[in-house]
Amino acid sequence: MSRLNARGRAPVLTFLLTALLLAAPASRAQEEAKTLPFTDNASNVASVQRGARDFMAYCSGCHSLKYLRYNRIGQDLGLSDDMLKQNLIFSGVKVGEPVTTSMPAKSSEDWFGRTPPDLSLETKSRSPEWVYSYLMGFYLDKTRPFGVNNLFLPNVAMPAVLGELQGWQVKEEGEKTAGHGEGLPLKLVQPGSMTPEEYKAFVSDLTNFMVYAAEPTAKERVSTGWGVMFYLIFLLLPLTYFLKKEFWRDVH
Amino acid sequence: MAIIPNPHKTTGFLGWIDDRFPLTKLWKDHLSEYYAPKNFNFWYYFGSLALFVLVNQLLTGILLAMAYKPGADTAFDSVQYIMRDVSWGWLIRYLHATGASAFFLVVYLHMFRGILYGSHRKPRELVWIFGALIFLVLMAEGFCGYVLPWGNMSYWGAQVILSLFGTIPYIGHALQVWIQGDYTPADATVNRLFSLHVVALPFMLVGLVVAHLIALHEVGSNNPDGIEIKKNKDPVTHIPLDGIGFHPYYTVKDLVGVVVFLIIFSAVIFFAPEGGGYVLEKPNFTPANPQVTPDEIAPSWYFCVFYAMLRAVPSAFNTQIWGVIVMFAAIVVLFFLPWLDRSPVKSIRYKGPIFKFAVVIFAADFLMLSYLGMHKPNPLFTLLARLGTLYYFLFFLGMPIYTKIDKTKPVPERVTA
Repeated sequence: MSRLNARGRAPVLTFLLTALLLAAPASRAQEEAKTLPFTDNASNVASVQRGARDFMAYCSGCHSLKYLRYNRIGQDLGLSDDMLKQNLIFSGVKVGEPVTTSMPAKSSEDWFGRTPPDLSLETKSRSPEWVYSYLMGFYLDKTRPFGVNNLFLPNVAMPAVLGELQGWQVKEEGEKTAGHGEGLPLKLVQPGSMTPEEYKAFVSDLTNFMVYAAEPTAKERVSTGWGVMFYLIFLLLPLTYFLKKEFWRDVH
Repeated sequence: MAIIPNPHKTTGFLGWIDDRFPLTKLWKDHLSEYYAPKNFNFWYYFGSLALFVLVNQLLTGILLAMAYKPGADTAFDSVQYIMRDVSWGWLIRYLHATGASAFFLVVYLHMFRGILYGSHRKPRELVWIFGALIFLVLMAEGFCGYVLPWGNMSYWGAQVILSLFGTIPYIGHALQVWIQGDYTPADATVNRLFSLHVVALPFMLVGLVVAHLIALHEVGSNNPDGIEIKKNKDPVTHIPLDGIGFHPYYTVKDLVGVVVFLIIFSAVIFFAPEGGGYVLEKPNFTPANPQVTPDEIAPSWYFCVFYAMLRAVPSAFNTQIWGVIVMFAAIVVLFFLPWLDRSPVKSIRYKGPIFKFAVVIFAADFLMLSYLGMHKPNPLFTLLARLGTLYYFLFFLGMPIYTKIDKTKPVPERVTA
């Protein structure tokens, strides 16, 4: 038996190496400003509901979510059509319509230099951490057309829409930036209508909503997954294993 | 009208069929009386798993094609439509996307098994060659499928791969434009790659798999000892003494393999369907954009071995075709494997230290090249990729020499364990 094991070792080792390589997290992400730690939680319905409300209030004027229908949000977040109409739909469209913006693409390109991108898949094409960090990362910069810049998207075209909530930050140049609240080299010089804690919660909600919007089926996927795993591990695996054992009893 | 009764002496409905169509004969020849060696180990699961994944790809592919709309303006949106509005569309799409990665993983392990135990050796040369053809078609199929979602990585991946045709002297550029149907990958490209992906290539794939199995069942399966079980038959029944019916023995055994595979497969599909960026790449969550190049254009992980070779070869005489030739040669060399291996024994169990060393380094080299192909090149990586490419060819082309001078152990008469 031990002789057999020794023979099989090299191939098995190779297999394990392959498995390891595939299990290792993809390290292809580009080098850029290090994002803030953020744990997204799109299964927190209350947070996603608040995020939906805030997205419609602050973001949807310019940014569409063209793959997400209003009544899909309603179904997934437990909101009736009337609640959707009263709280989320400002453009008067029907509940079955997707979240589009009424701003003409051509005009917005003239105003901002580029058309504000659709955000349906933003947390997937970048990451939830990036979106969270980006919304924390605006600072005053006189050289820019809107007077602001962003740590995570240098020379950003977007104005600091949330500045009145967050307040205004300036970039601290040079050494000793690590110890500051968020670990960002930014200092609040003029408080906004929210405390830093409130604003963090606000951005978390918004990011959670965008994580939800990027894959509305994620919750169903995970819950289906547990059922499938249970079925495979506790039913099919023992069943097939003992079936094999039974059939192979007479093989020597 | 008399009819010649079938030799299986079946009656009733089955008898009626058997008198007209070799149903029972097929069943016996390929399943119940196809005798496989009884000593298959872990490595022998990957053949049936490859078939299982192929069926998964065909079924989910049929369903996807019902909702997918080829075309530069419609492809990306229709994928999101599948993910959000089609019932269970997300599951079908994840099964198909993850299935592609699983297909290559399983096929690579299946091929490596062949190298380990000498499954390409006489009389199984054609089994191996059909297999190599399957691999070649699979690569084309994988590439076409990768382009279809028409995300930004799809676009730039198509750009890189199709421009390989452009490196051919004189006709290259015209050929590339003819294949693309445009000067860059565009609407026409998506449509024709869709046609290849759902009609031509699957058709070839299934045909080749059938040929692979017919050839295999003609000569019989190899085994971890590399012994021909047909040499030791029961004098009365003529059944190989070390053989057991594929059905039920290996059908029930492979079922366990399928369930274990499904557990791992489901873990990816349900809990990490993007596979950490290896199954679905981040840039592919933005639509194709000829104006914005992704930070790094890397093909799917399963092509990265060959991509590393492509990049490792420097251009010379004002052409980059050398890299393309080397990359293509890396696949062509597989077809010659049955004749490159000159060892008197088949299985690694009875081969000498040189082969064992060579094959372990080969596996490490394969992994290293995969890694290098996935990452941005730097001087060290380029050097490693060149050495890795050199070793890849040395492993195959040096085989006639080192397998001949290598010491071998005596092969037993009957299979062990």
